[in-house]
Amino acid sequence: MGADNADPMDEDRVEEVGAEASADSRVVYEDFSPDYLRIYYARLFPYAEIYKWLSYGHDGKHPGCDATIMSRREFSFTLEHDIYIRYLSFHDVAEMEATIKSKCPHKIDIGALYNVEPAKRSAYAGGSDRVFASVERELVFDIDMTDYDDIRTCCSGADICLKCWPLMNVAIKILDTVLREDFGFEHLLWVYSGRRGVHCWVCDTRARRLSNEARSAIARYLTLYKGNENTTKKVSLTGPSLHPALSRAYEICRGYFEEHILPNQGLLRSEEQFDKVLELVPDESAVRTQMRDRWKRASTSKDDVSAIRWKHLKQTLENKKLAPSVRRSVEEIVFSYTYPRLDIEVSKHMNHLLKAPFCIHPKTGRVCVPIDPLDCDNFDPTTVPTLGQLLYDLNNEGGKAGPEVKDLEKTSLNAAVRLFQTKFLDPLQRANKAEITCSYQQKLQQTSATNVLSW
Amino acid sequence: MEFRSRASHVKLNGAVKAYGVGGGGSRVSMYLVAPDVDVSLEDFEQYALDRLRVLIAIEENRSRGKRAEEVDSAVSDLWKKHMRTVHSDAQQQKDVISHFVLRLVHCRTEELRRWFMEMETALFRFRFKAESPESQKAFIEDHKLPYKSISSGEFEAMKEKLAQVMRSSNQSASLIGETNFYKVPFEEVLDLVATRRVYVHQGHAFVPRDQLVTIVSNHFRSMLSQSLILTNRNWTAMFAAQEEDRLSPILEALSKRYLAPDYSKSVSGSSVALQDLDGLAMRSFPLCMRHLYLKLQEDHHLRHGGRQQLGLFLKGIGLKLEDALAFWRGAFAPRMPAEKFDKEYAYNVRHNYGKEGKRTDYTPYSCMYIIMSNPGVGDHHGCPFRHFSAENLHAALSGMRLEPKTIDEVMEKTRGRHYQLACAATFEGSHNCQCDGINHPNQYFSQSQNYLKEQAENASQMETDS
Repeated sequence: MGADNADPMDEDRVEEVGAEASADSRVVYEDFSPDYLRIYYARLFPYAEIYKWLSYGHDGKHPGCDATIMSRREFSFTLEHDIYIRYLSFHDVAEMEATIKSKCPHKIDIGALYNVEPAKRSAYAGGSDRVFASVERELVFDIDMTDYDDIRTCCSGADICLKCWPLMNVAIKILDTVLREDFGFEHLLWVYSGRRGVHCWVCDTRARRLSNEARSAIARYLTLYKGNENTTKKVSLTGPSLHPALSRAYEICRGYFEEHILPNQGLLRSEEQFDKVLELVPDESAVRTQMRDRWKRASTSKDDVSAIRWKHLKQTLENKKLAPSVRRSVEEIVFSYTYPRLDIEVSKHMNHLLKAPFCIHPKTGRVCVPIDPLDCDNFDPTTVPTLGQLLYDLNNEGGKAGPEVKDLEKTSLNAAVRLFQTKFLDPLQRANKAEITCSYQQKLQQTSATNVLSW
Repeated sequence: MEFRSRASHVKLNGAVKAYGVGGGGSRVSMYLVAPDVDVSLEDFEQYALDRLRVLIAIEENRSRGKRAEEVDSAVSDLWKKHMRTVHSDAQQQKDVISHFVLRLVHCRTEELRRWFMEMETALFRFRFKAESPESQKAFIEDHKLPYKSISSGEFEAMKEKLAQVMRSSNQSASLIGETNFYKVPFEEVLDLVATRRVYVHQGHAFVPRDQLVTIVSNHFRSMLSQSLILTNRNWTAMFAAQEEDRLSPILEALSKRYLAPDYSKSVSGSSVALQDLDGLAMRSFPLCMRHLYLKLQEDHHLRHGGRQQLGLFLKGIGLKLEDALAFWRGAFAPRMPAEKFDKEYAYNVRHNYGKEGKRTDYTPYSCMYIIMSNPGVGDHHGCPFRHFSAENLHAALSGMRLEPKTIDEVMEKTRGRHYQLACAATFEGSHNCQCDGINHPNQYFSQSQNYLKEQAENASQMETDS
């Protein structure tokens, strides 16, 4: 959480609700406790994997490696009672491990890579020619379920359930496709934020070196939803056809809308509900009143009423005699209810902090586990292991297993760490290696070329 | 820069060392080399003033939310009116000289640099667009800009997508032809990417030729941005002291003459007291701030964007740091204990007053900035005329107890996307007096206060008279 954009209040507004709902059925094990956290850091937290990731191949022995990469990375800790410590940095995995174990942070954030060690930044403040500045940072995205409150009927605030979670899956699918196909990025890490949303870390070298302006531009390219509390229509499409990125997104959105969001949220079930949808149809057409009258007359309580009414509306709007802007409202409705809503501020600035994967969310006790974007439909946030669960695993499974079995392998966290390793870290490391070798050779050639000239 | 000892002349060359080769035959310039000519002090100032008029008019046109074509035709007229000279080669010289003088004028602070860069890039953009395709092509070759047309194989493969983009952004599809697209890294055309006006594939953007102007003007902007920093360094290091009595006053005056007043410091020591805020909000706040103020009282909370917009405005009208802390703490109090506020929000308030972090004294947002902002779900900041739906705006205006006639007028201006004129009309409606145009919420406030003060003086005058 960057000091500039921190907005802790939004988080508290929903706290009470969150705490109630997450009261787990487990009797002996609480979801979260500082004592458990100490054990988690002592026996389970995947230090080596995180370290490997953030070193980007520079922890090896190749002469092209820049060993300072890791030590220039900012970490920040949130300790008990909301005490923040910013600008921490570690020289190696041992120091990182020791510090985390001793401070036992409730939350670990990862910041940018700076030109000098964040811990020594004060030496560069004021007067000196060199300034302390960020030089690299993963391109990150944050999608938060609270931003969908105006369309969710199942829960609100920090609560999530399987009825609204498909909204996150649409978001993952759409962003993942855009980032890979349009922008050519390959190393994407998707993570469950532990409570009510997902994060994405784009780790390609080109992405890490993007300027703040480029980050904003990508975020805007991805943004369709433009509205605040004072507008009714949040998605406005212009032009006679959709941009290829949007028509591709529309196919994804439509599937989720008709299969999940429309029936799960009962969007056209009650009068209050369907009025909200009809507001998105331009009012100069007679369609609004026509549909409203028709639906009010035939009030029905059948389960699939939303699906039937959606079909009515679509058929009515297909009429070629209607103005294009009116017909267009089918797409606008689908987009309004499913297109990803980004917290754009998080993506715009290099310096923004974002919670590290494998942290524990203090409110839910759940681990921030990676999500496989290709298999996100099968991801169930309500079964993500909690700290209590992990301890239970350690004590029960751990008792049965022999001493040769590693702690991690005794728990349900193992699968998540394996996923991180195989789907994300392995391909990333292959690319890192190739890149380091390649740029080293280029450098050698350049030096030899200058040698020839000066000879 | 060389400045001759002759008091009445300035030699510009050298201030901005050559950063490349000069432009070829095209009339548009990248201003890479300062001209090696003597300029009389009189021309030095006059040329700069003429160009400044054009730049300021561009800003005005853009802030009124005029459409691109309208701005273009306005710029064309202005350029002819202010920059024309008797001989055509003199005109080119005037163009270059005035540009370099204004570079000196605007190199000294971040704010000035940003303004100058914006306006000069807009001007460059307009002038480049007006050139013929041949001359544009020549310009690109002269400046060795690395933009290549796509191959016919590539074109065939993505023909349909390219056409789809053209249709989606209301661009003419007649341009679809294989020599008409340039393949560039997407980082080079960020604004086209952001507004989805190009096809983006595997990290490349495919730019239609008539959008080439965007790439070239981006190039222009980054060139200018670097140059301004160098100019500033050279000026402070080598000439500022020596020119203290001669050029500095001219430059100083030029940088102030037409720009909106600086609202980063509260207006000449005036300050407002905490207990007066409620009254001031109702009488003298522009709608954007009034809305935030009312929402804050209603919800006892504002999200980050709203806190910034309102907080900096309050600082600008003279709310002292201690009072600001008390104000926000009090506003949040019904939902938040004071300790929690002090822990989580006080930092931010002090930060805005330059007491934390970078210790920058932050400037209140201008209308331009607010109109361009992008409020999201749960946000109340932004410009009501730009970001509210018609119904909500109508309701908000009625809440100010404006006459129906005024409301209609405001709504009309809003529909025409003249947001600042709509705001000015709101001012006139609620103050019963003329308004000279609004370009800063703090200016709205001080205009309103001045008017009310006058009214009060008139009233007391009448009392004494009677």
